[in-house]
Amino acid sequence: MIRDWLTQLVQLAAVLVLAPLLTGVTRKVKARLLRRRGPPLLQPYRDLLKLIRKETVVAENASWLFRSAPYVIFATTWVAAALIPTFATGLTFSAGADLIVIVGLLGTARFFLALAGLDVGTSFGGIGSSREMMFASLAEPAMLMVVFTVSLFAGSTQLSTISAYMLGPQMGLSISLALAIVALIIVSLAENARIPVDNPATHLELTMVHEAMILEYSGRHLAVIEAAASLKLLLYMSLIACMFAPWGTAVAGGGAAAYSIGLVAYAIKLAVGGFLLVVFETATAKMRVFRVPEFLGVALMLGLLGAMLLFVSRVSQ
Amino acid sequence: MTALDSDIAHLLAGSMVLVSFLLLYQDRMFALLNVFALHACVLSFSVGWQAYLQNAPHLFITAVIALVFKGVVIPVTLHRIVVRLGIHRSIETVVSVGPTMLFGIALVALSIVVMLPVTVAAGAFVREDLAFALSIVLLGLLMMVTRRNAVSQVIGFMSLENGLVLAATGARGMPLVVEISVAFSVLIAFIVIGIFLFRIRERFDTVELQALDMSRGETE
Repeated sequence: MIRDWLTQLVQLAAVLVLAPLLTGVTRKVKARLLRRRGPPLLQPYRDLLKLIRKETVVAENASWLFRSAPYVIFATTWVAAALIPTFATGLTFSAGADLIVIVGLLGTARFFLALAGLDVGTSFGGIGSSREMMFASLAEPAMLMVVFTVSLFAGSTQLSTISAYMLGPQMGLSISLALAIVALIIVSLAENARIPVDNPATHLELTMVHEAMILEYSGRHLAVIEAAASLKLLLYMSLIACMFAPWGTAVAGGGAAAYSIGLVAYAIKLAVGGFLLVVFETATAKMRVFRVPEFLGVALMLGLLGAMLLFVSRVSQ
Repeated sequence: MTALDSDIAHLLAGSMVLVSFLLLYQDRMFALLNVFALHACVLSFSVGWQAYLQNAPHLFITAVIALVFKGVVIPVTLHRIVVRLGIHRSIETVVSVGPTMLFGIALVALSIVVMLPVTVAAGAFVREDLAFALSIVLLGLLMMVTRRNAVSQVIGFMSLENGLVLAATGARGMPLVVEISVAFSVLIAFIVIGIFLFRIRERFDTVELQALDMSRGETE
């Protein structure tokens, strides 16, 4: 019991501390791939500190919603990230929170972000919110299809059960799982505003989505939103690692050695995930906004197809 | 037969359905031809795996036929035809990609719903293969319906035929003679279609099939 709480607290702290580092690593590796020096690894932490210390400017016609939205976004994303067994299973909250809760928390964060984009009434915020919701209307069903496929395999929506099942002997070769992972990767790229969908490093008015919604934010509000964005990247990477590469994760009740192996394995997974993400981003070009629904439609289609193929193989046996 | 064996069979047959969707998704001519070649290669692997599992040497011949003719000869020839016709631009689809995909998913669901109850008596393999084969056939038909360009309609037809071969291998016991004659009839159909493509182009200056509607007096 106490150990579960301890794991949960370490987890809460770990995701918060590691998230900006992951962002820093991806920026650094990307710069190196483009033959630039790139900012130092700790730059995201410094940016956050700088933003917190700066004055917060709020538009005259901003309502309470605009001021409270950043904290809601940050809180929901943080909780969602803390629910995923990253280095160890047996978290306290995992009994009450499964994959669908995580999807729901992320949906809440998105809802508030879109509202905040609309609140001040500038045109960019409106464009950003409308695009975000357009993408979300395809990305969320796709995500849920992935959740269903994986849960059908494991017979549970609990992440710890799923990762235990994936490690188990009954796990064979399966096309549904391959489709699910590709769909999840596409959804993650879209949700984190990564390159084929949106460019995290640009402020070009015509193409931006995520940046357009947060254009009016400054100071500590912006810091909180940036931290939430880093957390979200970490969350999706941990989710993929937890469901499809759960090797090395410490099971509940393991010794200190198991936990330290779990931490090291988690760090390696994050590094590998970040590297692959950056390689993919460097190799692709950004899409036109109106191509994105097709791209996300592919994710939805893959999710549906995966669930169907799984259904066929289950029924016919 | 171990679990891994059936997993691999499921994987190969399932990837054929997936590649059928890729065919629907592609809107560039050369990419379409490449994906079609991939479709035939996956078919050939699938048939080859079945041959190994069922211990049926004649299926290996089917696999080789699929690989050589549909995986290499037909795509290469179509590639040349496309270059000679000068149509290596994007394909115009009648319906856009999104609705087509959704329709395709609905067709896959339909074929699963139809096939699984009908084949209760058969083995797991046959049931799976038949459900997948029917969906590949329906997706091929869908492709023929949604594309205007004659060359992509040919591709839809050929992918449909791939589905038929998959069904035949799963059903254990299509005689080799039938298989070879089907393969050759497809090849002959391909040649005839090739000639027709050039005739259509000569007469109408295009391979868009709407031009034909016009000459039949269906549209003004």
